[in-house]
Amino acid sequence: MSEEKREVVIPSQLLGDVKTKKAGQGTFIENGKIYAERVGVLNIGPEYINVIPLEGRYDPTKDDFVIGVVEEPMASSWLVDIRAAYPALLHVNEVPWDVEFNETEKYLNRGDCIMAKVLQVDMEKKLQITLKDRNLYKIKGGHIIDVEPSKVPRVIGKKGSMISLLKKYTQCRIFVGQNGRVWIDGDDKNIEKAINTIRIIQKESLSFGLTNKIEEMLKKENKDVQIL
Amino acid sequence: MKSDVKLLDSHGKRIDGRKTDELRDIKIEVGVLHRAEGSCYLEWGGNKVIAAVYGPREAVPRHTQNPLKAIINARYNMAAFSVEDRKKPGPDRRSREISKVISEALEKVVLTERFPRASIDVNVEILDAEAGTRCAGLTAAAVALADAGIPMRDIPVACAAGKVEGKVVLDLGKEEDNFGDADLPIAISPRTNEILLLQMDGHLTLDEFDEALELAMKGCHIVSDIQKKAIMKKYENTKEA
Repeated sequence: MSEEKREVVIPSQLLGDVKTKKAGQGTFIENGKIYAERVGVLNIGPEYINVIPLEGRYDPTKDDFVIGVVEEPMASSWLVDIRAAYPALLHVNEVPWDVEFNETEKYLNRGDCIMAKVLQVDMEKKLQITLKDRNLYKIKGGHIIDVEPSKVPRVIGKKGSMISLLKKYTQCRIFVGQNGRVWIDGDDKNIEKAINTIRIIQKESLSFGLTNKIEEMLKKENKDVQIL
Repeated sequence: MKSDVKLLDSHGKRIDGRKTDELRDIKIEVGVLHRAEGSCYLEWGGNKVIAAVYGPREAVPRHTQNPLKAIINARYNMAAFSVEDRKKPGPDRRSREISKVISEALEKVVLTERFPRASIDVNVEILDAEAGTRCAGLTAAAVALADAGIPMRDIPVACAAGKVEGKVVLDLGKEEDNFGDADLPIAISPRTNEILLLQMDGHLTLDEFDEALELAMKGCHIVSDIQKKAIMKKYENTKEA
């Protein structure tokens, strides 16, 4: 993106005409005009007009990596909260273990956290997730914090620049789910530092050059530690 | 009701010093509750209202779900201390009616088909009442919905007009509501001027009705600007940082 100001738009704001641009995410068309449907940042591309949401729930799409919390084990499946509008279904066929009927609790119980992938979202918005892929497993240890789902791209940064920065300076293992849950593991002090930094990123998510700013901040903090 | 209260003086000034087409002072604050997905605090004259939005989330009980779209559950509630004599807490005939009309007005602007089987819960809490709470409540609920990031076609807005001492006036105050001749609260979608809610209490002639409707519409557009400014204000600070 260029260095121009990020424009915040609100629902019903007129953005353009269907003759010149296509209506992208976060917009709707009425009488040949494109309007914003939600509070967000305006993003005009060469083809589409998009509104990148600033608020709102996580809207799951296929193949998203998410962090879920098991809500309810059932006879042959689990209901998992992935911060969407609806609970997601995890079927026993979609886990790497051999689960007997009615023995789902032995593997995943209420409150357990998992890294999962969204398998499918159907027309009725029924969600299915899976654990059958690389890097998907039950989480043991570490911390999980919630960030706004709309701020996830800022926490990850361009091509993962922000997240690798965080990993480098805090020496934590960090995984950011698309649903706005962040898992952090490392020693206590570093976890605290990582959490604080993510909170700052969230707060200043609309400013420019944030990655550089955060890097300077982390560098300075690291120096202080060495002096002590 | 007849009374000896003088609602309009010879200069056309109203009992609280306003002109006939003048609104009471309105103050809107966005994002006041951190547990709610979206929230709004609104002061409209002597009315104080908090609106909070939760969801979209799976609708319970299940039989209320609609497989094609979300349902909007607005709940209008007056606090016991909001009126002069203590109001008996809990839902009554009046608050159920207002809950229903607010739900239906909001349903028309929210893109409910995006969230099948879900419910969007809107709580409107009247902390202090001074005539026109349904308009204030709806206006606050609309801002809270926008703050919750719920996709909508427009930000609805409500305002009332009425008749006191034979003259059509905008936004009735408490005395005007009690002793006036008519009250006409409306809610519109300001982008298209579609009417989302229209109720009337008292008597108006056809000409007076048209005049009142037009005046209320004008009032709605003024309130709409205040709404939009309030939503934008939330993001002003973060932009500079």
